[in-house]
Amino acid sequence: MPHINVDENLPGIRSLMAFSPETATPMGKLANLMLRTNEGLSMAEREMIAAHVSYLNDCFYCQQSHGAIAACYLNGDTDLVEQVKKDYEQAEISDKMKALLSIAGSVQKGGKHVTEEQIKKAKEEGATDRDIHDTVLIAALFCMFNRYVDGLAANTPTDLSTYPLRAKQIAEHGYGNYIFSIPQPA
Amino acid sequence: MAHINVPEGVPGIRSLVMFRPETGKPLYELAQVLLRRKSTLSEAERELIAAYVSKRNDTMFCMMSHAAASKAFYGDDATIVDDVLKDMHQANISNKMKALLHIAGKVQILGSAVKQEDIDAARTEGATDKEIHDTVLIAAAFSMFNRYVDGLASFTPTDEKEYEAMGIRMAEKGYITPPTPKGGR
Repeated sequence: MPHINVDENLPGIRSLMAFSPETATPMGKLANLMLRTNEGLSMAEREMIAAHVSYLNDCFYCQQSHGAIAACYLNGDTDLVEQVKKDYEQAEISDKMKALLSIAGSVQKGGKHVTEEQIKKAKEEGATDRDIHDTVLIAALFCMFNRYVDGLAANTPTDLSTYPLRAKQIAEHGYGNYIFSIPQPA
Repeated sequence: MAHINVPEGVPGIRSLVMFRPETGKPLYELAQVLLRRKSTLSEAERELIAAYVSKRNDTMFCMMSHAAASKAFYGDDATIVDDVLKDMHQANISNKMKALLHIAGKVQILGSAVKQEDIDAARTEGATDKEIHDTVLIAAAFSMFNRYVDGLASFTPTDEKEYEAMGIRMAEKGYITPPTPKGGR
C-alpha cells in the first residue's frame, strides 16, 4: 500500500503526479526533453538507458515501464531490452552505447563514480559532449524517479500485460500531465 | 575540469544549465516549486533537507549552496544548519523534522529503504501526507541534482564566502535560470 493517500486506480508515478501536479509539470517536461528526441541518441537508446538505471535501482515499475517503451521503438524486441537491462556487454548494441551505459551505471552509484577513462572511452566511440550530457542527466533523472516511486511505495502493477498498453500511450503521445488526468489505457 | 565543454569558471549546476538551457529550465522550475511553493514546511526546512541529502551524497557544491540558502532563511537561528549537518539527532529541531530527515536519509540510499515504521514515526510526530510527499521528492530530486553535478565533474568553488553570497541570492531570488551564453549552444 502506498505510504500516502493517492488515487488507487493510478499506477506508479502516475498516482504521485496526480497527488502533486505542480511538481509533475516540470518532471513531465524533463522526461519529454530527455526521452522524446532522436538527436544524437535515439528514443530507443534513451529509454534503454532509463530502463537499465531503473533495473540497477531495483525499481520494478520504472524498469518494466521504460523497458516496454523501449521495446515499442524497437519493433517489440523485448529480448534486446532485457539483455541491455541485465547485461548490456553481451547485447547487440553499438560500442558507443556500451560506453554510455557504463557511464550511466556509474552515475547510478554516485556522480563521483564516473571516471575520466569512461568519458575518454565514450568519446573514442564517437559520443559527443551532448550525448554524454544526456546520458548523465537521464541516469540522474531515473535516480530521482525511481526513489520517488519506491520511496512512497506507489502502486506497482504486477500484471506484466498492462505495461505495453501504457507504453504504447507514451510512445504515441509522449509524457505529460495527461497520463494521470485521462482514463488509463485498458 | 568538467567532463564536457561547459563555460569555464561557472560553478556547479549553473554551468550545466548554460550548456543545455532547454533542460535547465524545467530543472530550475522543479527546484522552485519544491523549495519555494507555499508549504507547511518552511523554506529553511526544505533547503535543509536538500543540504542534508547532498551531504550524504558527498556533493559539496549542492551541500554548501543549499546549506547557505537554509541559513539565510533561518536568520538568527542559522547555527541549526551546521548542527543538523553534523548530527541531526543532537540538533535543536522538532521531532517531526528529525523524522522527516530520517526518511530523506533513507531515500538517499534507495526508495525501497523507506519502511512503514519510518512513515509511522513521522506521522506520530504530526507529519502530513503532503509533508511526507515533499520530503521524499526533495530527497529524490537531490539524488538527481547531486549526480548531475558530480557525474559531469562540474566546477566546485572552495571559498565559503562564495557560497554565502549564493545562499542569500537563492533565498532572495529563488531559482531563476542563468542567461544563455552569447551565441547560444
